[in-house]
Amino acid sequence: MDKKTALDLYRVMRRIRDFEERSSALFAEGKVWGTIHSYAGEEAIAVGVCAHLRDDDWITSTHRGHGHCIAKGADLGRMYAELLGRETGYCRGRGGSMHIADTSKGNLGANGIVGGGIPIATGAALTAKQLGTDQVAVSFFGDGAANQGGFHESANLAALWKLPVVYVCEVNQYAESLPVEREFPIKDISKRAEGYGIPGVRVNGLDVREVYKAAGELIARARRGEGPSFLVAEAYRHEGHYYGDPRKYQTKEQIEGWKTKFDPIAEARRWIVDAKLATAAELDAIDADAIEEAKRAVAFAESSPLASPIDLPGDVYAS
Amino acid sequence: MRAASGLSRTGTQGRPKPAERIRQTPISELGIVGAAVGAALTGLRPIVELMYVDFSGLAMDQLVNQAAQNRFMFGGQARVPMVMRTQGGSGRGNAAQHSKSLEAWFAHVAGLKVVMPATPADAKGLLTASIRDDDPVIFLEHKLLYRTKGEVPTGEHVVPLGSADVKRAGKDLTIVSWSREVLFALDAAKQLGSEGIEAEVVDLRTLVPLDKDAVLSSVRKTHRLLVVHEAIKRAGFGAEIASLVAEEAFDDLDAPPRRLAGLETPIPYAQHLEKTVVPQVDDIVRVAKELVA
Repeated sequence: MDKKTALDLYRVMRRIRDFEERSSALFAEGKVWGTIHSYAGEEAIAVGVCAHLRDDDWITSTHRGHGHCIAKGADLGRMYAELLGRETGYCRGRGGSMHIADTSKGNLGANGIVGGGIPIATGAALTAKQLGTDQVAVSFFGDGAANQGGFHESANLAALWKLPVVYVCEVNQYAESLPVEREFPIKDISKRAEGYGIPGVRVNGLDVREVYKAAGELIARARRGEGPSFLVAEAYRHEGHYYGDPRKYQTKEQIEGWKTKFDPIAEARRWIVDAKLATAAELDAIDADAIEEAKRAVAFAESSPLASPIDLPGDVYAS
Repeated sequence: MRAASGLSRTGTQGRPKPAERIRQTPISELGIVGAAVGAALTGLRPIVELMYVDFSGLAMDQLVNQAAQNRFMFGGQARVPMVMRTQGGSGRGNAAQHSKSLEAWFAHVAGLKVVMPATPADAKGLLTASIRDDDPVIFLEHKLLYRTKGEVPTGEHVVPLGSADVKRAGKDLTIVSWSREVLFALDAAKQLGSEGIEAEVVDLRTLVPLDKDAVLSSVRKTHRLLVVHEAIKRAGFGAEIASLVAEEAFDDLDAPPRRLAGLETPIPYAQHLEKTVVPQVDDIVRVAKELVA
């Protein structure tokens, strides 16, 4: 991997991690309402995949969607503004963390329903097929969603119609609180692709290089009109299901030890320095830039006006 | 897109189909409705057909949590111009899982529009308007209306959503109805007319958006309201109409609003039983007479 690609990937991962740490802090300060779900630990997946997408490609995301949103090019200020219920937020305070969308960048939204985005991404791919474009849709979802009917119905439909969609399953080891070994009767979820006659690829989701390489091949394949595929990336969710989750389903070792043991950003620092693509000091400078950018974004959000009152019927109906 | 169904009567059998524009699908209601949502979000105007409204439960997440709410949740960034066509209603011996009238489910969801034509001309005009509409539309066709005949304007014919139609003028009571029960109400009105009672029949045509003015102005003229629908009475859309009139035209009423609607039961199979659970013409005549007495 060349230096520019490596540092670009690292930079976006760092921006995501900082966003998650900072939004948790804002939550702790009582500034964020409702609930948020941290993507920390899974950054390599969104970043490795979205690096291959154009602004006119589409993604669907999940309740744990901050990372996908950032990787698809969202403005951090508008994301923070949404969490803080401001008019300048992506959803003007109507959606919040679980519904952030950025249609200008092809992000068709986070989704509060597990697996809810999978049929939608499939429909976006249908648009590309109907219009004869080379756009691609990617649906991110967790291991929990791989057991929803919508995944299976969509995979079958996409395979049947050869739609340009890549299903990306982020195995973060828990369906909310249920450990992955109690969710599946099989060890390798990617084998499910065989049932639909599409490629299934399993990668180490802690290594952004692996994700980047596999996703690049599958996305290029979809763009060439060769149909859908299923990418399974194994990672570890550093935080609980949601901010404040008591995490009674995990051991102390998992909660305290695993976030350093399974950390895609520490991993990236290691191989980038080892391969002499950059020095630790250069990476530290990227980290410092990410912090400065985030501070400006939070300041923008905090100085923005509160979301305007609900306007009916216009907020709900387009016509 | 259409659900796979040579069995269904809602298609255009026998006509050449443009390649790829009409897709027969596997029986995957959630998947195909969700695909329609995604296609609509990204620039198409899909029409997705389910064979029966009773199957919509399989697709409800995509209709209710996704299509209906995307625009709102995303702060206005999205629009979802899709139509879900399906058939509802009883009268053909299809029993409980293929005969329901579920319009109240959809009318209760902010973000959906609900359209229910009663005549061939309205079916054309409302479907055209629904396809052109920028919001998700649930287009409910009563299965026994597919065989009805009527004049249909040729060429461009659009019936705007949210415009009720006075199908028969009268001065003694207002019968508000929709879908197949409109035809029953018109038959009943004819009988009532022969007995000197002039019923005005207001066909809502769309439940959402609702033409409140048409309902209220009719009631202000006749001073009596009877709402008739096939769906079960409990929490049915008739309650919405009766409440609307009670709230906004109470002083104009000479009698309490009445509702005549389906019994609180699944639709039975046997031919002699099926009719007993949904309002028939004679039932409408009887209740109308009670109302004007």
